[in-house]
Amino acid sequence: MSAESICSDAVRFSDERLAEIKTLVARYPSAQSALMPVLYMAQEDFGYISMDAQKMIAEVLGLRLMQVREVVTFYTMFREQPCGTYLLEVCTNAGCMLNGANELVAHMCDSLGINVGETTPDGLFTVTEVECAGACGGAPVVQVNNAYHEKVTPEFIDALITEKRAEGAE
Amino acid sequence: MAISSDPRQVKQICFDRIDIPHVNTLKVAREHGAYEFLPTVLKDFDTARIIDEVKTSGLRGRGGAGFPTGLKWSFVPRNTGKPTYLLCNADEGEPGTFKDRDIMRFDPHLLIEGMIMAGFALGVKDAYIYVRGEFLHEAQVMNAAIDEAYAANLLGDDILGSGYSMNLTVHRGAGAYICGEETALIESLEGKPGRPRFKPPFPAVEGFYGCPTVVNNVETLATVPAILKFGGDWHASIGIPNNTGCKIFSVSGHVNKPGNYEVPMGTSLKTLIEDYCGGLQHGSVPKVVIPGGSSTPWLTAEHYDTPLTYDAMMKAGSMLGSGAIIVMDETADVVALSRRLAHFYAHESCGQCTPCREGTGWLKRIMNRVESGQGTEEDIQVLGDAATHMAGRTICALADGAAAPILSMLEHFPEEVRARLVEKAA
Repeated sequence: MSAESICSDAVRFSDERLAEIKTLVARYPSAQSALMPVLYMAQEDFGYISMDAQKMIAEVLGLRLMQVREVVTFYTMFREQPCGTYLLEVCTNAGCMLNGANELVAHMCDSLGINVGETTPDGLFTVTEVECAGACGGAPVVQVNNAYHEKVTPEFIDALITEKRAEGAE
Repeated sequence: MAISSDPRQVKQICFDRIDIPHVNTLKVAREHGAYEFLPTVLKDFDTARIIDEVKTSGLRGRGGAGFPTGLKWSFVPRNTGKPTYLLCNADEGEPGTFKDRDIMRFDPHLLIEGMIMAGFALGVKDAYIYVRGEFLHEAQVMNAAIDEAYAANLLGDDILGSGYSMNLTVHRGAGAYICGEETALIESLEGKPGRPRFKPPFPAVEGFYGCPTVVNNVETLATVPAILKFGGDWHASIGIPNNTGCKIFSVSGHVNKPGNYEVPMGTSLKTLIEDYCGGLQHGSVPKVVIPGGSSTPWLTAEHYDTPLTYDAMMKAGSMLGSGAIIVMDETADVVALSRRLAHFYAHESCGQCTPCREGTGWLKRIMNRVESGQGTEEDIQVLGDAATHMAGRTICALADGAAAPILSMLEHFPEEVRARLVEKAA
């Protein structure tokens, strides 16, 4: 990294990650194509994609910060803020709505004492509504940290909350 | 493959191996015919013959537009001095669609084999599968299968000693419906926001990084191995003319057994819902059927017998689209559904065309009012006007998709909308 580096030293990819990125870039005609996969790496490593992380990624891929910013802000799956340990994403689009998704969201929010988009005070759960998850045959669909759960019932949600709270208390 | 060489016996193509345990692994897939015909294609077929077979097959793109696949391939210019790219559209975001997910997670080698054959026909060195970001598991299954295929010399340099080389990379999207539009997908794969491009130039001539590019849906590519093995005429004998082959229908909503069902084209909507999906949850005829994903116009009970073909659906006033059938029985609240879809399109508009960016916002705000009993007669007027003036006035078809549910609701259920207005609610 050059002396006039614009980012803080707090957010850095490991050497293993940098090697992985080098291999990844070689699969595309241009390094810019590797931006989305690299943003996923940052989110996995740091929990969310801070402004410092975005500056660091711009340097690593040789892009302007604005090129990184506009991708981070365009796509809903890139998070600029931290979220709870368990991100509960409920699809409320057509197929899920017709099979009780709104009632499921209400139940989830009631049980956790939060509104959609909020995180519980203990930092354990964040609830969000998402657009069609592409699994309408299993409606209603809830993703828990990217893992799909289908035909989800209020009982399933209750059990999940109880289990994760118990794990969190350990 | 257990698919019959007699077209009259064929009930499934893409889902032929879908129920076989562990068919996602190369070993099991090969025991059931995967890559069996590939050496013959690489040795005895050439570009002209492959494109000819696919043209003869009558295969139409399974992603929604229904464009003839062989014709699309024939548009790719040769000897331009630029590389040609093959992109598989696995963005699968149209509400109601969930078929490509099953091909990828259960039979990834079918897609890989189809891509090798398509890539070979088009002289492709680098191919990509653009998978929607939420499908992390599916991307992992695909990657594991791709690793196995590389290790078995089915991908990479000099595939099976044929002299043909192709790399295949899985690329994850990140939650943007618009990236299912092929030029937005290309922008996204270039590491940019997914904003659709003006056409022409079409991707076949100027696509990924300005090079000739073919973008095909997962199901389309997964049909290619069977077409080359059994011949274009075989495929053309399945289904009905101009609507050939089998098609996977993703059925959701108010049916007893929602899910993916692959049937020969021409099977009726009613047969699919009653014989395959266990019928409706309530009542005997549907209130609304959205036949091709949320962007397609609604059908009502009068069209329950419509054959599932591109042509018949168009004649009925809708579209076959991606084969995503959303069924609503008599209990459905069509105003609530339209409000939800209006929210979806407003959220997913990329924002570059004014009629769509502003229009989807108007539709969403008015539908919020109408659903909550705050709407007025004038709101109904504006809904119809806005929807009518958005459609066809933008770079891509998202605005048309946003208009469809609103116009369908106003056309088929005006009394239900009026019953919600502030005058009535008061």
